[in-house]
Amino acid sequence: MAVVELEIPARPAYLSLVRLIVDAAVGSLAPGLSVARLDDLKIAVTEACSNAIEAHEAICADGPVVVRCTIEDHQVTVDIVDRGRGFDPERVEVLPAATDPRRLRHESGLGIPLMRTLTDEVTFMPQADGTRVSLTVYRPPP
Amino acid sequence: MSARMQLRTETVDIAGWTVVSVFGEVDVATAPDLKERLTGLVNEGRVKLVLDLSGVDFLDSTGLGMIVSALKRARTHGGDLRIVCTEARITRLFEITGLDKALTVMPTVDAAVAGS
Repeated sequence: MAVVELEIPARPAYLSLVRLIVDAAVGSLAPGLSVARLDDLKIAVTEACSNAIEAHEAICADGPVVVRCTIEDHQVTVDIVDRGRGFDPERVEVLPAATDPRRLRHESGLGIPLMRTLTDEVTFMPQADGTRVSLTVYRPPP
Repeated sequence: MSARMQLRTETVDIAGWTVVSVFGEVDVATAPDLKERLTGLVNEGRVKLVLDLSGVDFLDSTGLGMIVSALKRARTHGGDLRIVCTEARITRLFEITGLDKALTVMPTVDAAVAGS
């Protein structure tokens, strides 16, 4: 098992750096993962980090957002830990169907559905001082 | 670290449409700049927009939300917004979110500006 951990200031300008690190760490340490699957993971990580940064901004929280990549034989997991205002993912608004004209009233709310679709496992863990989001994609057998 | 370095746009008018080609990464750091650019065009009366994402390396939900916002603004002013995209990793996001049914996604700029 290999672990790569990154701490970033809670600012959007650092999202690109997170993608670079995840790409380099997972790309080199989990060679069996396809480029498409790594792209999926980077989108999901960006969504989780964006939410973490927004949560920090909402309460002017100090401290970094932690991004931890854990590469194991059969899966890659990225944990995103923030110290912002927690949230209940089950209370996120369900968007109208795409064919419903009301769908275009919604410019946000796509992040969590994307995380759920693009990864094999997503876990939201509210904590006393923030939230931990765990994103996992499975690696094909060698 | 400058967010502006991650995004560049080029604008050209073709057959009555204003084609905005985007290069770089569209996320929460850069989407506001792109939204401002598209809002400015609509405010100038250029309401028939084509957003060419062929040069986009990365797009997330904030970028998708920005596109929905621009689409609504263009339609509110009697225009439209069409998307040009060939990269599977980008078109897939429109399909996953169902936005491919809410707006027009075309493979080329020529196809996007064809018709009224």
